[in-house]
Amino acid sequence: MALPTYASPLERAWYWTYLAICAAIFLFLIAPILIVIPLSFNAEPYFTFTSKMLAFDPTGYSLRWYDTLFTLGHPEPDAVRNQAWWSEAWSSAAWVKAARNSIWVGFWATILATTLGTIAALGLSRPEMPYRRLIMALLISPMIVPVIIVAVGMSFFFAKACVAPDTVWGTLAGPFLSSKGCLANSSLGIILAHAMLGIPFVIITVTATLSGFDQSLSRAAASLGANPRTTFFKVIMPLILPGVISGALFAFVTSFDEVVAVLFIAGPEQQTIPRQMFNGIREQISPAILAVATILVIVSVGLLTAVELLRRRGERLRGVTPR
Amino acid sequence: MAEPLAAAGNAGAAPAPELLTTADGRPLRAALAKAQTRARRRAFLLVVPLLVFVLLTFLVPIGYMLQRSFQHDGFSSAAPALDAWFAANPKFDPANPPEEAYAALVDDLKRMQGDRTTGIAGTRINYTVPGTVSLFKSGARDAETLTPPFKQGLVATNPRWAEPKIWLAMAAASHNTTPEFYYVAADYKLTDNGWERGAPNERIYLYLFAKTFLVSGIITFICLILAFPVAHLLATLPMSRASLLMILVLLPFWTSLLVRTSAWIALLQEQGVVNNMLVKIGLVADGNRLAMMYNMTGTIVAMTHVLLPFMILPLYSVMRTIPVSYTRAARSLGATSWTTFRRVYLPQTLPGIAAGSLLVFILAVGYYITPALVGGADGQLISNLISFHMAKSNWSLAAALAGMLLVAILVLYWIYDKLIGIDRLKLG
Repeated sequence: MALPTYASPLERAWYWTYLAICAAIFLFLIAPILIVIPLSFNAEPYFTFTSKMLAFDPTGYSLRWYDTLFTLGHPEPDAVRNQAWWSEAWSSAAWVKAARNSIWVGFWATILATTLGTIAALGLSRPEMPYRRLIMALLISPMIVPVIIVAVGMSFFFAKACVAPDTVWGTLAGPFLSSKGCLANSSLGIILAHAMLGIPFVIITVTATLSGFDQSLSRAAASLGANPRTTFFKVIMPLILPGVISGALFAFVTSFDEVVAVLFIAGPEQQTIPRQMFNGIREQISPAILAVATILVIVSVGLLTAVELLRRRGERLRGVTPR
Repeated sequence: MAEPLAAAGNAGAAPAPELLTTADGRPLRAALAKAQTRARRRAFLLVVPLLVFVLLTFLVPIGYMLQRSFQHDGFSSAAPALDAWFAANPKFDPANPPEEAYAALVDDLKRMQGDRTTGIAGTRINYTVPGTVSLFKSGARDAETLTPPFKQGLVATNPRWAEPKIWLAMAAASHNTTPEFYYVAADYKLTDNGWERGAPNERIYLYLFAKTFLVSGIITFICLILAFPVAHLLATLPMSRASLLMILVLLPFWTSLLVRTSAWIALLQEQGVVNNMLVKIGLVADGNRLAMMYNMTGTIVAMTHVLLPFMILPLYSVMRTIPVSYTRAARSLGATSWTTFRRVYLPQTLPGIAAGSLLVFILAVGYYITPALVGGADGQLISNLISFHMAKSNWSLAAALAGMLLVAILVLYWIYDKLIGIDRLKLG
């Protein structure tokens, strides 16, 4: 909204006020995220800027909280840092374990949500799909229904969803279940829960991509002699791939950031980064949380860039002019 | 070729399907219907795996939760003698139960002591009459030594055994399925005269529901006020600059909720950045720092920040489609800028306002993490109460509260679908 040349002084004043208001709101949006970065380099165990930090005194800054990420839970935090020390950190440092677990859970939840969600979105985008609105409403609802409700239900259901260890099912599924053979307190339980929470995002992004999909392309492929499978892998898939990948990124972020379901259905073994942060904020608040936060901010910048590039690529592929 | 075409024109009036046939001689109508059925089935088959998955991981758990909110067999399974007596005497007088009822009770108390089920049975009664777990525990210990007449003996150990509400509660608990947890969740109390509404200062659950809705409304309103100018700016700027500014909206959207919550703690706590700044510039005395965290203010500020992108994005996508020529036309016809905004621009943004507000409101009503971390004692919402009762093992009450929240959410979701349509939900 550029200012027209005939604007009165009052309108000019209002226009600049409006811009100032917008700038303030953008500051409100972004400042909390940026503030954690300098705070994470605090040399003192405070959650605020010390006077040394404000004076840009180098001794006011340190990397000690990043160091904590490797030493917390390490049996010999002060020993010489050789290869053995690092491999010990890899296997026993609390934050490293939480990160590995989060990535592991997020990976499988993403695979599950993206595969099931993409196939379903293909069906939902067909014009002849029956009960489309109802099914769509059901598939989106995990995003709308508060996680706490689902988490409460899961904590009841997963405690009952057990297999006896000496049956065929027990041998097959046993390694993925808890020691009692139940979904509760097991990694598989969390993966299922997170996949379910990620599905709406996959459905939304992939159906949005497919809505701009030109059906005559698949008909052209068919008329040129391609069978449905070739059509799917050679024509449809490359075109919707950007949408699928950004849906997968959404699903991964949903899982990577999810804590409510984990709090309700995970056992002590399944420590994840958000759970560790949640407990850290509740119990003893230390700048180590801000160090983790900084790393996560950098990760989210990367993800945002990836999604934005994918969106542009998708639009270019489908011949949609950028708006 | 002319005949079938003519027949096709008359198809509605005089059915002559045999004239229209496929190459292999089947009636076209039937062949088409069959092909359409097959296409529908094929489309549906693609969705089936996901439907099964969602059924198992979403609908069945919610079903379990709802079942738990209506069912509790903690007392009925532990007290078979009383169950039988209540079933045989459905119209007993709770103010004065006969000796045989007490005999059944003592019998059951002895059994509970042997089976170690006093805790679970007492917990079930404790839902409706608070403070009865200890009554059952001591009763079960004393039951061994009691001799007939049991009525006098048991009441002598604790006069509460003669209270009508204890008997009403036990009679109700002898059924597995009961709506009582919803009565409790709606702040009704079991008194000696039956269920009565609690005094206004005791209506904690409905009060918290009302508070949750009020706070969500406030957050939605603040989000709307903040999102409107930003969305407008983004919608009217040239695309290249708008997408740069869009990053500032999308980055919070992609950043972990816990990161943002801990950032707000760093900013707003008593020794936090904002308070330090205010003290430094002399707006606030050092001993009189503002309490902005661990109370309702903290919850509202942090949740507004978390939910603001959900308001900006729908508003922005609507505003971008509003042609600038409408406002120009209004101005050229003599409207002031305020009238132009009020009568021309604002009405066209209503779909975006409705979509964003409903989405933010729905998400706010069910929020758990942010209030739990920054809400302190008075910034807690209904989800936190559900979690509290889960931690206290009051599972049926937690489930009933969750059931009530679920109904509220589904109503809002239905409104959202009617007004905006679920298929128009977009991300980023």
